[in-house]
Amino acid sequence: MSILLDESTRVVVQGITGSEGTFHTKRNLAYGTKVVAGVTPGKGGQKWEDQVPVFDTVADAVDETGANASLIFVPARFAQDAILEAADAGVGLVVCITEGIPARDMSVVYPYVRAKGVTLIGPNCPGLISPGKANMGIIPVEITGPGPIGLVSRSGTLTYQVMYEMFTRGVGQSTCIGIGGDPIVGSNFIDILGRFAEDPDTQAVVLIGEIGGDEEERAASFIKENVAKPVVAYVAGFTAPPGKRMGHAGAIVSGSKGTAQAKAEAFESMGVRVGRNPTEVAELAIAAID
Amino acid sequence: MDLFEYQAKDLFRKFGIAVPDGKVAKSAAAAEKVAAKIGGRVVVKAQVQVGGRGKAGGIKLADDPAGAKAVAEQIVGMDIKGHKVKRVLVERAGDIRSEFYASFLLDRTAKAYLGMMSAKGGVDIEEVAATDPGAIARVHISPLTGLQPYHVRELLFGAQIPKEAHKGAGELLTKMYACFVEMDASLVEVNPMVLTGDGAVIALDAKVSLDENAAYRHPEFEKLSADIPLPKQEKIAKEKGLNYVKLDGAIGIIGNGAGLTMSTLDVVAQAGGTPANFLDVGGGANAATMAAGIDLIFSDRKVKALFVNIFGGITRCDEVARGILGALDQLPNLKAPIVVRLDGTNATEGRKILDDAAHPNIAMAPTMLEAASKAVSLTKGRRA
Repeated sequence: MSILLDESTRVVVQGITGSEGTFHTKRNLAYGTKVVAGVTPGKGGQKWEDQVPVFDTVADAVDETGANASLIFVPARFAQDAILEAADAGVGLVVCITEGIPARDMSVVYPYVRAKGVTLIGPNCPGLISPGKANMGIIPVEITGPGPIGLVSRSGTLTYQVMYEMFTRGVGQSTCIGIGGDPIVGSNFIDILGRFAEDPDTQAVVLIGEIGGDEEERAASFIKENVAKPVVAYVAGFTAPPGKRMGHAGAIVSGSKGTAQAKAEAFESMGVRVGRNPTEVAELAIAAID
Repeated sequence: MDLFEYQAKDLFRKFGIAVPDGKVAKSAAAAEKVAAKIGGRVVVKAQVQVGGRGKAGGIKLADDPAGAKAVAEQIVGMDIKGHKVKRVLVERAGDIRSEFYASFLLDRTAKAYLGMMSAKGGVDIEEVAATDPGAIARVHISPLTGLQPYHVRELLFGAQIPKEAHKGAGELLTKMYACFVEMDASLVEVNPMVLTGDGAVIALDAKVSLDENAAYRHPEFEKLSADIPLPKQEKIAKEKGLNYVKLDGAIGIIGNGAGLTMSTLDVVAQAGGTPANFLDVGGGANAATMAAGIDLIFSDRKVKALFVNIFGGITRCDEVARGILGALDQLPNLKAPIVVRLDGTNATEGRKILDDAAHPNIAMAPTMLEAASKAVSLTKGRRA
């Protein structure tokens, strides 16, 4: 098994006719993902790349194709609208890759989609992959295969690095999820950890955090109380100075809050082992399943 | 983007938030003119983005325009905790009966807006939070409903603000919230909010941080940011669209993706080195981006070596390799070594391009950790 995404998931891509949307939809389709529809307002009735029907609205796409998950590639200024449209159209999973969405937009989106029971992954994320089954987003498929490790991360390329470290050691994943680098993202570590805890095919979990906010601290307490499986963690940003945004909108040490040191200590105090670098965390995860 | 006090107060005026009469000045002579226009006693305040300016001598009272000129002469050009004072705000000095604290911010943990108020104003609020947490009233506001009158009442009564200030402070809170939401701010803080001798409530200080992701719907952000000084390298980076943060060490860092780049800084530090910067060339970095990044990093004279750590997803390692060589063509006198680690999309091609070039400055490393050690060992005993 896997979490959130598998070979039966029926995906509608919002922004399918844009350059990003086209490029990554092709890659997701090539991996076997069921992309059943695309949405570009004004281009309804067309066929994208001669194979995927395009609709003007997500509601139409859902009605006509039975899509149950949406993948969003629209520019930041249209993202709030796109996420809310997907949630109202009745899909259960929304994955938003878009970077640079104003926090105010996300602060409105977050309570709305949570109240509807819709799972939102992202924004500002690489999406998720259930290796061997389906890929929704931009995670490279060459560095992963099916396996017993669940992976959840606030980062993109750092996630690839850890996947690759496992890949070169012959270990794959059940599902890898990038939850996004923004201050407000749709799904938090705890949401994903809860799903991995219940997934019979996930034997151990790797959590990759970074500076800013307190999601890692909350995850640490949650793991101690609710996750019986081994969880190992990595935190990036020990060298980050306070008050500076390190690439991600959410990666900032505010005053004395949100430091990598505090997060690593929170994990260790709750019995979660912390790798000092991407290689070590991959090795700890592999050791945990042996 | 953190605004200067004078910028925040200009913004406050647009939202009808009462602030003292005043104007910013870039010189002592200009400060004198502002003081003359205001008339009477004025306060001259250093415009710096760092706390503790009062204790550092950056806020002074003056009885008349000549006095304002004299204190402005002392303050302009002053160094406050590494921040050079380029401007002063000259304001009418008023009598203060009580000082309060009020703010609205985005609470990441609650995923909602947070309003805070305290009758303990004019002091460091983090210290109040630590020593007397009960003195701060907090109320969460759902972004879906916005600020309601009961939120304002909870803040005023919760913080035990004196009754005579309720009307004025309540109006100020409501306008602060409007400013917070409409301007896409991540923080609007007034400390102190004061009750004056004649019963008015005004914002004596102002702190505003704006969300740069919202710049597309606020054309005025560009003008505001133009007045905010950046370190030289960060300024160039901004112009070139590079995601760069200046640090203090000797090893320049280029990575792709925020998380991987932060991790690269950390492994360099663990290997005993000191990172000189954070530079994330992002997804899909091409040869031109790489060249601009390398050029930028070596404009920092303290940099003795560069570590390029790329994990190609959308980014193609062959493009990165060509970018490195292109940048080196532009820097013929460069002595510093460049340690390169390439993995992911087109890594084999990228490594081959660099191997074939056999450039004397370039050293390849097979893994991120080995590359970090190599960069550190090549830096030891070197001078830039």
